[in-house]
Amino acid sequence: MRSPPIPEMATQEVQLSETLAHLKTESDTLKGKLEEERAKLHDVELHQVAEKVEGLGQFVMKTRRTLKGHGNKVLCMDWCKDKRRIVSSSQDGKVIVWDAFTTNKEHAVTMPCTWVMACAYAPSGCAVACGGLDNKCSVYPLSLDKNENLAAKKKSVAMHTNYLSACSFTNSDMQILTSSGDGTCALWDVESGQLLQSFHGHAADVLCLDLAPSETGNTFVSGGCDKKANVWDMRSGQCIQSFETHESDINNSSEADREVAIYSKESIIFGVSSVDFSLSGRLLFGGYNDYTINVWDVLKGTRVSILFGHENRVSTLRVSPDGTAFCTGSWDHTLRTWA
Amino acid sequence: MSTNNNIAQARKLVEQLRIEAGIERIKVSKAAADLMSYCEQHARSDPLLVGVPTSENPFKDKKPCIIL
Repeated sequence: MRSPPIPEMATQEVQLSETLAHLKTESDTLKGKLEEERAKLHDVELHQVAEKVEGLGQFVMKTRRTLKGHGNKVLCMDWCKDKRRIVSSSQDGKVIVWDAFTTNKEHAVTMPCTWVMACAYAPSGCAVACGGLDNKCSVYPLSLDKNENLAAKKKSVAMHTNYLSACSFTNSDMQILTSSGDGTCALWDVESGQLLQSFHGHAADVLCLDLAPSETGNTFVSGGCDKKANVWDMRSGQCIQSFETHESDINNSSEADREVAIYSKESIIFGVSSVDFSLSGRLLFGGYNDYTINVWDVLKGTRVSILFGHENRVSTLRVSPDGTAFCTGSWDHTLRTWA
Repeated sequence: MSTNNNIAQARKLVEQLRIEAGIERIKVSKAAADLMSYCEQHARSDPLLVGVPTSENPFKDKKPCIIL
């Protein structure tokens, strides 16, 4: 093949770098516009608007149950919709289903990998999903027969190219949303294992995700090591909104009905590994690396309580479906329910 | 050519920024007011906020269970 005459190539290169420069200018202009718009709308702080709201009284919350059984750090937990069962996963490679009222273990599965960083309960209560260093998300149907080997019915659903950091069923047992150290999130069909939608946009590991609470919910938020919290449209795969924070990695995200809540939460949370809102959204519970749980008044931006009990970092925290309690998992190998 | 990759990336970024710029936004004061009214409306049905009588909360048991 003859190489093209040099002048022609030079012209092509110049054209390309002009286009590149042109695009850079446009993106800088757009970024500037966005900053301006956001500044214009930021007319007041949430806590200023909430000045007239009645303050919260004293809270007496303590550990009501301690779930012991994991042989290593508890990394993740999720509530069943029946408000009493809990699934937890650990560095020890085990996934355990508990009855949180009686503290009995109902099921236990040993995963082929250690560091099971993510687990989730299916809406029907009939299955759990989990994964971690195996880069997969697998679904285990729960059997009523205690003697049945759960691992035999295991279904591999999601495949990422790096660790699984979080997973969540959408509003049915049919679809699972995952986030991964490979920088992407993905939506999968459980039955076929087919990838339905992938979400690209994070520049580094995605550490957490949370679905919007609405019935017709089709958005979710993800947080990552790139210090961004992205809001996604599940149907199109599009990133609708992106929030940047001054903190380091976003380890946990919680969808509120309004974007402002997410945004302002990022400015008051330090060293938190996990967060969740109470049912009304007024309280925000945060599990910290200093072994405590801090309870915040979302509207006023003030802390209302500190809870002690765990003997190591709190790694996961979720409020129960009916809001009567919340559960925490810790590097001290235990889970605790608080009310 | 790496310039082509850079262009593809730059195009994606511009597209993304255009989408974000086009989103409807409301003032923080309005969003804050919405948040406050949401919290107020649901406050009464928030057990962790208002507290639930010990007898009704399965996690708070007064008497220890006896297994017969």
